[in-house]
Amino acid sequence: MLMFALRRILVSIPVLIGITLILFIMLNVVPGDPVALMMKEHASADVIERVRQQMHLDDPLLTRYLSFLWDALHGDLGKSIKLNRPVTDLILKAFPNTLMLAVSAALVSWIVGIPVGILSAVRRDSFLDRFFMGFSLLGVSMPIFWSALLLQYVFAMKLRLLPVSGFYGWQYMILPAIVLGWSSAGVIARLMRSSLLEVMRLDYIRTARAKGLRETGVITRHALKNALIPVVTIMAIQVAGLLSGAVITEAIFSIPGVGRITISAISSRDMPLLQGAVLFATVLVILGNLVADILYSVLDPRIRAQMRKEA
Amino acid sequence: MAETDIILSVQGLTTEFSGDRGDVRVLDDVSFDVGRGRIVGVVGESGSGKSMTALSLMGLVPQPQGRVSARSITLDGQEISRLGPSAMRRIRGRDIAMVFQEPMTSLNPVRRVWEQVGEPLAIHHGLGRRAIRARVLEMFELVGIPEPKTRLDAYPHQLSGGLRQRAMIAMGLICEPKLLIADEPTTALDVTTQSQILRLMRDLRDRVGTSIILITHDLGIIAEMCDEVNVMYAGQLVEQGEVFALFDQPAHPYTRGLLASIPRATEPRAGRRMPSIPGMVPNLAKLPPGCRFNPRCGEVMPVCLRRDPGLTAAGTGSGPGHTARCWLHSPNGGTA
Amino acid sequence: MTSPSAPLPADAIEALEEASFLRDTVRAFRKNRMAMVGLAFVLLLVLGAVFAPWISPHDPYRVALDEQLLPASTTYWLGTDNFGRDVLTRILYGARISLVVGIVPSLISLMIGTMMGILSGYLGGRTDFVVMRLADMMIAFPSLLLAMVVMYTLGANLLNIFIALALVGWASVARVVRSQTLALREKEFIEAARANGTARITVMLRHIFPNVVPTLIVLFTLAIPEAIMWESSLSFLGVGVQPPEASWGLLVAKGKEYMFQAPAVAIAPGVAILLTVLAFNFIGDGLRDALDPSMKD
Repeated sequence: MLMFALRRILVSIPVLIGITLILFIMLNVVPGDPVALMMKEHASADVIERVRQQMHLDDPLLTRYLSFLWDALHGDLGKSIKLNRPVTDLILKAFPNTLMLAVSAALVSWIVGIPVGILSAVRRDSFLDRFFMGFSLLGVSMPIFWSALLLQYVFAMKLRLLPVSGFYGWQYMILPAIVLGWSSAGVIARLMRSSLLEVMRLDYIRTARAKGLRETGVITRHALKNALIPVVTIMAIQVAGLLSGAVITEAIFSIPGVGRITISAISSRDMPLLQGAVLFATVLVILGNLVADILYSVLDPRIRAQMRKEA
Repeated sequence: MAETDIILSVQGLTTEFSGDRGDVRVLDDVSFDVGRGRIVGVVGESGSGKSMTALSLMGLVPQPQGRVSARSITLDGQEISRLGPSAMRRIRGRDIAMVFQEPMTSLNPVRRVWEQVGEPLAIHHGLGRRAIRARVLEMFELVGIPEPKTRLDAYPHQLSGGLRQRAMIAMGLICEPKLLIADEPTTALDVTTQSQILRLMRDLRDRVGTSIILITHDLGIIAEMCDEVNVMYAGQLVEQGEVFALFDQPAHPYTRGLLASIPRATEPRAGRRMPSIPGMVPNLAKLPPGCRFNPRCGEVMPVCLRRDPGLTAAGTGSGPGHTARCWLHSPNGGTA
Repeated sequence: MTSPSAPLPADAIEALEEASFLRDTVRAFRKNRMAMVGLAFVLLLVLGAVFAPWISPHDPYRVALDEQLLPASTTYWLGTDNFGRDVLTRILYGARISLVVGIVPSLISLMIGTMMGILSGYLGGRTDFVVMRLADMMIAFPSLLLAMVVMYTLGANLLNIFIALALVGWASVARVVRSQTLALREKEFIEAARANGTARITVMLRHIFPNVVPTLIVLFTLAIPEAIMWESSLSFLGVGVQPPEASWGLLVAKGKEYMFQAPAVAIAPGVAILLTVLAFNFIGDGLRDALDPSMKD
């Protein structure tokens, strides 16, 4: 188990390095001088030159990349040009908000998506199934920014049940979590449904029925665990989706999270901040992948055995 | 045979499936008895309805496409053909148990073997984990699983095919059912394991007294194991009788065809697949008129193309229980 | 593949088979009611987008400050926005951008992904390793962030949206095509072609490629709604299409300031996105079921 986790971590390292390299190149070949661009005309050539030197912008690209990587490994992502504060501090301060949003959205999507998927599979081709699947297709096909706006309009502006935006307490998290969770709930419901239908066709389900187990028992005790395995593995993809979605959701609901940082870094052309925020998000996605893989092996003893052999 | 010696009596079992192209009758008026402590074989090519017979008796025919009906099915004197799903569920696993063909896929890969083998006890007798574990250990010893203690906590993939099938048999017998249905229990196993499993089943019948329905396509296994045989073709019984009578004087041309192509006892068992009779099992949606076997029969007569002969006594030489569905043996044969 | 005694030449049979395959596919697709509804909607949308100047009596860019945020009327079916422009006309012009953004980058990423996937799957070895690790990295990137970074670097305009979306999309295409190529490699007709000494490039172009086309068609129709979503998201966040152009995402972003006075200004373009994405998804599902039942679920 531990060996497997270690191996998986080792495999992720080249991917991570590759991503940092791509990211670094993309952000550092910006046409024009980033410092001049950002500071516009109200900075003297002198000041620009000093900032440039501070950021080592005149060194060769490779040298700059290596030192960036080295600093990043030590938790130093440079300084925000605009806010003149360490990028790491800014991100770590914003991250709990994003994390709370992502976790509550993930919870929403699981709490909604899994039971809906199970019910749809159990009542396959019924009206309920069609209704649920139509509904989840609707969820997947709705742009987040638009469904956010709709909910804001109905629940905050018209019914005045919840705050419109900002972040001063848990009730501010309800609408954003629903908006963000809703979009991936559809994905999870569909996957859960097809996965459970797949499992229900297998021989050991017939065995379970032959024992005289109730249909609910057949599903909960024999089908569900197996059917959940693929659902768990898309968690990683979900993490990526939630982070993308969080950018939009945070923008609409004015939640001071990493997504908001990313957007403001783009609009103020604050390269180090953008670089740090995107790198941070990507590391999270890779971690999500890792966790999903390890969970997968915990759930399925066959994989576990296979890994023991390989390790 | 006295009434009380009959553990299962099936009368007029008929199963239909409704599909895109209308209804298909996969079992047509199947009737047979299983005596207490006897091993009754059901033999036929794939698609003949032998597995469907087992699933119909168990109430495991896929719903809602499948419909099962019968004039009567009695299990140890109790009428079970009109039972609702939940009453039927209480019979499954307790009074009738089933062992399936594929030991590799018939066990849940993510749960430990002992939990699965002992589950019927939890379902039907509400036993606790400790009692179940102890009982599973006994059953493992009974079915001859070596080092039973260490196998309790194994996952299915850690056991060989033969051990898994032993575990499946243990699962089937754990509630001491009145009837065990074994559907091709050895087909997926290698030859040595095959004979071990068969010996185990016969041995258990002798020691525990379980009545067994053994479904197979292998007449060699029937000869070795069974007291009585039911031969199925295209959803119907075409011949039934005591093993010796049937092997001695096969009445139906289909049975004769099957027997003719059995390898002799001197040949290795491995080659004993379903022998090839010219032609194919007919499509159940497009059955020929008259006797269903007529397109493949070497002794076909005009009447065979018009009417189904029905099951009648199979001639004078064999015992009273020997019947066949063939105009050659029908009392008014050929004239109707 | 064909038996030597076959009276028809091999390519004639192939053509016949293709024709009947096509016929079966069309029949299966036409039986799918949702897919046909989707197709009808998309055709209407295309017509509306192409003929927008002739259909609409209004100018999408004309500012009329005395006609701000008007409610729906017979002149302005969905009312006007904060510059007095007709909302419906702007949605119609937005359809032009959405359709182009849906199709062009999907085509680019499909081409790159197919090339990479076939090379990777057929050549194997080091090529496979490099391409697949590259694809891993692209997939590990959160798509929206990757697109945002590209827009930051290259600047916010339509051409760069194409580049950003193509960069986001190619990797998953490559993965699917690669796995199909791997399966095809083992097929007899490919092995026969290889045994005959056919050049690798010829095998890839003439034998592998035609066999992945059905999958590519499905991937294409499913990539379109995704690209439309990403574009509208980028434009909503202000890093996509810039005003005064009428992109649906941008329309929602601008309209949201006036949710109280005129909710239709923000909501209507969102409905357009939703319906278009749904329509393409229906078509894609229908095509997938018709072309390749094995891809279901």
